[in-house]
Amino acid sequence: MSPQLVERDVLQRTIDEALRRGGEFAEVFVEDRTTSSALLDQRRVEELTSGRDRGAGIRVVVGETTGFAHTADLSEAALREAAQAAAAVAREGGGGVREVALGTLRRYPSAAEVEPGDVDKAKKIELLRHADDAARSEGSSITQVQVALGDSVRRFIVANSEGVFASDHQVRTRFNVACVATGDTGMQTGYRPVAATRGFELLSPTAVETAARGAARQAITKLEARPAPSGDLPVVLASGSGGILFHEACGHGLEADAIMKQASVYAGRVGQQVASPLVTLVDDGTVAGEWGYLAIDDEGHESSRNVLIENGVLTDYMWDYLRSRKEGRHVSANGRRQSYQYLPMVRMTNTYLLEGDSDADEIVAQTPYGVYVAQLGGGQVNTATGDFVFGMTAAFLIENGRITAPLRDCNLIGNGPEILQRVDAVAKDFSMMPGTCGKDGQQVPVGCGQATMRLSGITIGGAAS
Amino acid sequence: MSQLLERAERLLESAKGAEEIEIYLSSGVETEVRAYQGEIENLSSASSSGIGIRVLHDGPGGAQVGTAWAGALDDESIHEALAQARENVRFASEDEFVAFARPDGHPATALSLRDESVLTTPMGDKIDLALALERRVREGDIRIRQVDSANYSDYVAEAAVVSSTGIRASYARSGAFLSVEAIASDGRDDQTGWGLSAARAPSGLDLEAAANDAITRATRMLGAVKPASMKCAAVFEPRTAASFLAIIGGALSGDAVVRGRSFFANRIGELVASPLFSLLDDPTDPRHFGASSHDGEGLACRRNVLIHEGRLEAFVYDTCSARRAGTSSTGSALRGGIAGSPSAGCRALQLAPGEEDQATILKNVGFGVFVQSLMGVHSGVNPISGDFSVGVTGLMIRNGELAEPVRELTVASTLQRMLLDLSHVGSDVEWLPGSAAGQTLAIEGIAVSGS
Repeated sequence: MSPQLVERDVLQRTIDEALRRGGEFAEVFVEDRTTSSALLDQRRVEELTSGRDRGAGIRVVVGETTGFAHTADLSEAALREAAQAAAAVAREGGGGVREVALGTLRRYPSAAEVEPGDVDKAKKIELLRHADDAARSEGSSITQVQVALGDSVRRFIVANSEGVFASDHQVRTRFNVACVATGDTGMQTGYRPVAATRGFELLSPTAVETAARGAARQAITKLEARPAPSGDLPVVLASGSGGILFHEACGHGLEADAIMKQASVYAGRVGQQVASPLVTLVDDGTVAGEWGYLAIDDEGHESSRNVLIENGVLTDYMWDYLRSRKEGRHVSANGRRQSYQYLPMVRMTNTYLLEGDSDADEIVAQTPYGVYVAQLGGGQVNTATGDFVFGMTAAFLIENGRITAPLRDCNLIGNGPEILQRVDAVAKDFSMMPGTCGKDGQQVPVGCGQATMRLSGITIGGAAS
Repeated sequence: MSQLLERAERLLESAKGAEEIEIYLSSGVETEVRAYQGEIENLSSASSSGIGIRVLHDGPGGAQVGTAWAGALDDESIHEALAQARENVRFASEDEFVAFARPDGHPATALSLRDESVLTTPMGDKIDLALALERRVREGDIRIRQVDSANYSDYVAEAAVVSSTGIRASYARSGAFLSVEAIASDGRDDQTGWGLSAARAPSGLDLEAAANDAITRATRMLGAVKPASMKCAAVFEPRTAASFLAIIGGALSGDAVVRGRSFFANRIGELVASPLFSLLDDPTDPRHFGASSHDGEGLACRRNVLIHEGRLEAFVYDTCSARRAGTSSTGSALRGGIAGSPSAGCRALQLAPGEEDQATILKNVGFGVFVQSLMGVHSGVNPISGDFSVGVTGLMIRNGELAEPVRELTVASTLQRMLLDLSHVGSDVEWLPGSAAGQTLAIEGIAVSGS
């Protein structure tokens, strides 16, 4: 990082200022993010955008209360003003002077091979066109193709009153293809994302073409789709996006903020059997290159691999720094924020189910009747009740152990603790998928993953009678 | 004239040669207070500002546009954004339909949407509101075992749009909100309920209403069971009906239509909904939280009739989608903040009210599911194919009245069918934050999936 966004002495004085009214903990988070994106729609390069967001967020903690302020102005005067605004929650005042000593900056460089800024824009556009051609070559029923490429370079420094002083340099690249196919039955959609915490090297022409053809085929296949069934059926989730199931069914419910407020069905259940013995679930920020990869979290702690559920037994929750300190737990490095304009919260990174020993094809063959979900498109959970949904965007009937008719999109609904007990087969074909997780108005990149697996039953929310 | 507009106009002078420039500036301040167990959990105060720049070059095959943005208004950030937009423009396709808005003579409606008292209300009063809300819900019913978030928040925002094609517009608004989520318990079962009050200023907030809403919604769900799968009527209460209307509004965007991404395309003049369904997008109605004097391109907002007595009348357009469709802008450009380009969309949907209140609708429907909250709207609704499947919590309707609570079910149909199967529209319009107001709606023939 060159030059440093804010000098160490300035950070130190800002923290001192933030503590002056009696704060127990203070943190300065300085961020500089540049993004660029390009959109190809109906064969036209419609939107090329570049953006930059730079600023600092300052928080001060007094007892159970957090004060927060942010500024886009990185001058020392503006930082001091923000520190005073954040410290205003310390209404009692009188903490006096506390000296904080920041040591040497711990730097975490990016592993990106090709920085987005070094790529000729013409080359990016070539890739968009390549994907468009590939998608359209799948058939004349493809009536609409939208291809988007985006990248971001996020540098930040975080310094706090306990001496954390670290900087990260995160490079992310994403590419998605969305297709519409039109037929006698109306329009259907197909979608494929490619996204990683990597540089432009992620996007080979082959990777882009595979995504484009996959999105187009998905839309074309769905033209023949019939309404999905309605009611409780066995469901086989294909490797990859099925990980959304765990993200919703228990991931959010294992975040320490929900636990501490007794707003999760998993509160007080560490050590208990909460899932089928086939379930070993891990949240792991260290998986290099994955969409939810972090060298350090947004509170400056090195990411780690945390086992949440082991052979069905709940082992631990995910923590942000202050809650883990208060509860005397290890730092799991799950404190994340959308940008300097937000407070950090407990968030997932890459959340995945470990492989089992079944064979993916045999799982299908041993399912007389049910639904095969090839792709999931997102979900939502109420952590207090455990009820959750997730949507299937590519699915088929399973009849007599074979994958047959395509089905129209719908949600599946279940209750987390019940559904986790119903995992009755896990295969060995593990893969991961990128996604965007929203919580309390903040979006962060996450990964999820699993091998092909089966639920003995879950409610399919289709419209078939 | 606002300072922001003056600043934007000065920036326009940096246009070079034959290029056209559009400058969008925004600035705002916001406060958020979250109360938890009698204490302030978080207190955030912030101001932010930013710029979005579009540069357009006219060529033989049409215009090219490049855009850039910055989350600050210092000179360095602005110059960097301008340079980026100028670089980006070179790589865009020439497109005969791309253009910046030009003044169209449509007069803007004078609206007073910014209430200065958001800025002058002491922070202590705002904190007290959040604390009072949390206490009121916690103490409001013995079955409330937790209030996991009780928030007061507010904002004042201003934007200015100017362009070398003659656009000069600025507009401002404010908002103040109370929102609370309660968890009720009967010892066996936990249920949640969410309450809200929204106004332009703190003085307009109704703390009692927000608190009672959360308490009622949480407690009446206690003991909820999963119902059997069936086909029946679904009655959406105003809040969930507004979500449904917002989805319909998305498919009425001229952008979606010209891109072949709307099931309404090529259906102007057809009966697409029940004759009870008359849908307006009217940002000139100050009661609507989506009200605005100007759109994201600086044209005057206007009242657009989209569906009249079930017949599809019109779509909403921004300049570019209108040109593609061979028509003119309806003053419906939306901007998602400083980043990105304007696109066509609804901002103040309202359905012509019916004659019946909610109790009468329930009585007339007789049997069905009352939809209190929706889950997975983003994952289970496909606005292109029209497939609709969402998770629901609510209550059964039996003998024309609300009966036992139900959970862990989905309701499914297609958006196309739901519009035609609409059987009752309530008189109980609620002005909710977001792009749609809501009132009670009944829709027949819904597939309910449960056990």
